[in-house]
Amino acid sequence: MKLELRGITKRFGALVANDHIDLVVEPGEVHALLGENGAGKSTLMNVLYGFYDPDDGQILVDGVPVEFAGPGDAMAAGIGMVHQHFMLVPVFTVAENVVLGYEPVKGGGLIDLAEARRRVKEISDRFGFDVDPDALVEDLPVGAQQRVEIIKALSRDAKVLILDEPTAVLTPQETDELIAIMRQLKAAGTSIVFITHKLREVRAVADRITVIRRGKVVGAARPDSSETELASLMVGRSVSLGVERAPAQPGAVALQVRGLSVLDEAGVLQVDDVSFDVARGEIVAIAGVQGNGQTELTEVILGLEPAVAGSVVLDGTELIGRSVKDVLLAGVGYVPEDRSADGVVADFSVAENLVLDLFDQAPFARGISLDLAAIQENAERRAVEFDVRTQSVSDAVSTLSGGNQQKVVLAREMSRPLRLFIASQPTRGVDVGSIEFVHKRVVQERDSGTPVIIVSTELDEVLALADRIVVMYRGRIVGTVPGGTDRDVLGLMMAGVPQAEAEAQAATHHTVLGEADIEASEEESK
Amino acid sequence: MSAVAAPASRPGSFAGAKPLAPISYKAPIGYAAVAALATLLFGILPESGRRTTFSVSTRDDFFQIESFTVPSKATALLLCLAALALSAWTFQAARTRRKVGIWLPAVYAVLLIFALLTWAVAGKDQALPLTSLLQGSLFLAVPLVFGALAGLLSERSGIINIAIEGQLLAGAFLAAVVATITQSAYLGLIAAPIAGALVSALLVAFAIRYVVDQIIVGVVLNVLVVGITSYLFSTVLADNAATLNSPPRLPRIDIPVLSQIPVVGPVLFKQTALVYLMYVVVIVLQVMVFKSRWGLRLRAVGEHPKAADTVGIKVNRTRVWNTILGGAVAGLGGAFFTVANGLAFGKEMTGGKGYIALAAMILGRWSPKGALAAALLFGFADNLQVVLGIIGTPIPSQIMLMTPYVVTIFAVAGLVGRVRAPAAEGVAYVK
Repeated sequence: MKLELRGITKRFGALVANDHIDLVVEPGEVHALLGENGAGKSTLMNVLYGFYDPDDGQILVDGVPVEFAGPGDAMAAGIGMVHQHFMLVPVFTVAENVVLGYEPVKGGGLIDLAEARRRVKEISDRFGFDVDPDALVEDLPVGAQQRVEIIKALSRDAKVLILDEPTAVLTPQETDELIAIMRQLKAAGTSIVFITHKLREVRAVADRITVIRRGKVVGAARPDSSETELASLMVGRSVSLGVERAPAQPGAVALQVRGLSVLDEAGVLQVDDVSFDVARGEIVAIAGVQGNGQTELTEVILGLEPAVAGSVVLDGTELIGRSVKDVLLAGVGYVPEDRSADGVVADFSVAENLVLDLFDQAPFARGISLDLAAIQENAERRAVEFDVRTQSVSDAVSTLSGGNQQKVVLAREMSRPLRLFIASQPTRGVDVGSIEFVHKRVVQERDSGTPVIIVSTELDEVLALADRIVVMYRGRIVGTVPGGTDRDVLGLMMAGVPQAEAEAQAATHHTVLGEADIEASEEESK
Repeated sequence: MSAVAAPASRPGSFAGAKPLAPISYKAPIGYAAVAALATLLFGILPESGRRTTFSVSTRDDFFQIESFTVPSKATALLLCLAALALSAWTFQAARTRRKVGIWLPAVYAVLLIFALLTWAVAGKDQALPLTSLLQGSLFLAVPLVFGALAGLLSERSGIINIAIEGQLLAGAFLAAVVATITQSAYLGLIAAPIAGALVSALLVAFAIRYVVDQIIVGVVLNVLVVGITSYLFSTVLADNAATLNSPPRLPRIDIPVLSQIPVVGPVLFKQTALVYLMYVVVIVLQVMVFKSRWGLRLRAVGEHPKAADTVGIKVNRTRVWNTILGGAVAGLGGAFFTVANGLAFGKEMTGGKGYIALAAMILGRWSPKGALAAALLFGFADNLQVVLGIIGTPIPSQIMLMTPYVVTIFAVAGLVGRVRAPAAEGVAYVK
């Protein structure tokens, strides 16, 4: 099936998310849609999927103009979508999720579960997915949930499959399996639209690449273009990938975490007997797939959650059992994982957000009143120092882009004298330009002698920043490896394989992306 | 000793003491304290020598079971000691981190209730009619069951329905008026759901069309319905009571044979059409909500509306129709207050039953059979107060009147434990 988009325009108020976008997806090709966060890729796909009405433009299927009133129409036309945030009902079984919306029924409107299971089985067997139709979706790992999404699309006879940032939540090995699935689908004649901002993956699987920037198509590229070329096309200026940094000069051990355990509300161990050290002037990255205890680990250090066992000693002082305020005042800087929920107060101004932790201290407070002049002055200074792009520091922080919001958080957390800096997912939802800035500031903080903990699910980020890498899996530390460790080894460790075994396995079998890396470095050395 | 030497190579095979959550003794202490208090009040303090009589059979049963008389103090003491033993068992279970089944609070409650009954009617000439106690419980549970099912239908679709109270009241009003005008209790029964559905229609109009907070709309609707019905009552019904507000009573239908089984028969099968309708609605919903296409879509919309939307299910339309259907079910429950009893409509006659129905829905964990069980519990508490009031007990009547509400609070706060409401409940769906 050939799919064509002509002059698609979608506005949200004054914002033009898609500006006359043209795109052609040929039958049986993997077409990558490359662009930064916020470039308008997902909006475009939601238009194509019938989720949004376009303000202008046309969708053609096999040369015939079509109109989609809703996702149901798009599915009927053979378009399937695997959303970045899975569209699965967690408390339903796999079979129920797959048939939802076009359920096979027996008499009386009762669902024919046997038929539903058969549909799941059939596709699951055809592609070698190992998915139990009766498993509850919430009990499945993310990789399996993604396969359920693919089964869901294929069971509706999708001829074009849209994958929206499919690798964001996967380990490198799971990504590898996904790439294999994509190739298999392509061989079976299914076209794939692959939305991503990850350059390495694009080069590994795409037949053609369309690059989108600020809602417009800015060019096409061949999969053999170099990463730097793709990146500059995507960002609109030349960017340096990776941070230039001097080797770490680790000093004395500043933070000692010993035997730390955290339970969630249901009594399940989220952090399980975790011990590690961080020295002054070193960046320790905590790597792992989302949901393996990293979030809880940082939250317990800050005092947001109680620990059931263990200790966290910073420069000789125990942090466990102290209030969040005490911990902050003890010199811990903390960039939370979910910026919009925990990092900023969206309706407060930039200036107010910059003193959220210090508003009751001199110089921002005088007695019971705020010193507005001091807050204003501080904000203007920080905005310059951290390159926060805003019309005025009195603007609500919600009017800023994700990258600039993150710079506000960073500016706040780094403006106190720090004895420990923790950043969770410091560049999630941040544009490439700002990523560079954030990474530079983190390295700068390290070079000034602060011990730094970075929690990241992005291997690129881990490898760019870490002096040492602690890999977590199901709340436990699988191993601690030096920075610059092979991606495939890290990937296997993120899936719970111990270090020695991971190294042995990675040596015999490289992932597609791992191989691409090796080839690229060989080419460079030539 | 190879077992000792085996290396912990895989996560999960790690041997050693895992840290566990601190054991909570709150529940066992609660059980023990209440049982101890009951032992003191019912088993130790009362004078001895009095006797308590329970009657079981009614006249029409196939065979008669004799009333039985027991020594009050000894029986109450025995029952309370059994409850204390159960409390001890919960301590043991908590210490060994074992989960106790639902049977435990159920058995515990039955033991203490019998201890209470034994004590309350000690020394009275009148026997305590167990059958009619249960019969009345079922009867009083009727509006709660319908109300809870109404809440369930809308909340499963993601709309919080606080307006159950208003829907019951509107149903009661319209049922009374229609039944009086037509002189047919059954036509009243048909009219009641329409009134409830209209209240629901207002709820969804504001909650979905204008995205107003659902709890606020619900509360406002309750006040609105009280206002409208009270106004109409004072201005129209009060002066024309004979022509507009004296509904005929829904006749009791005895199911042949079944109604003559001792205990069960009179309780379940000597009821009105409204009660039989309730059996049908509970059973149908229990099957349809969890097994049908309609139910799957209903639950999908309440759990993850966007996921439902992406497979072509119209989220807001589903919410509108199911909430309106829920309103109709609640309206039917409202008929209980007027035509089922043959009573005239009175101002605010639902007396907070809609809120107790909401509690029954939560206690029943958003499932029809759970809602039924919870509503029966509340109905029993309600009827206990009535029956003991008639026999005359040492407990002041004001305290007896509190029983249903106290039971509601304890049940919802203590027994429910961690419940999982539909994930998207109360969240408007806007693309």
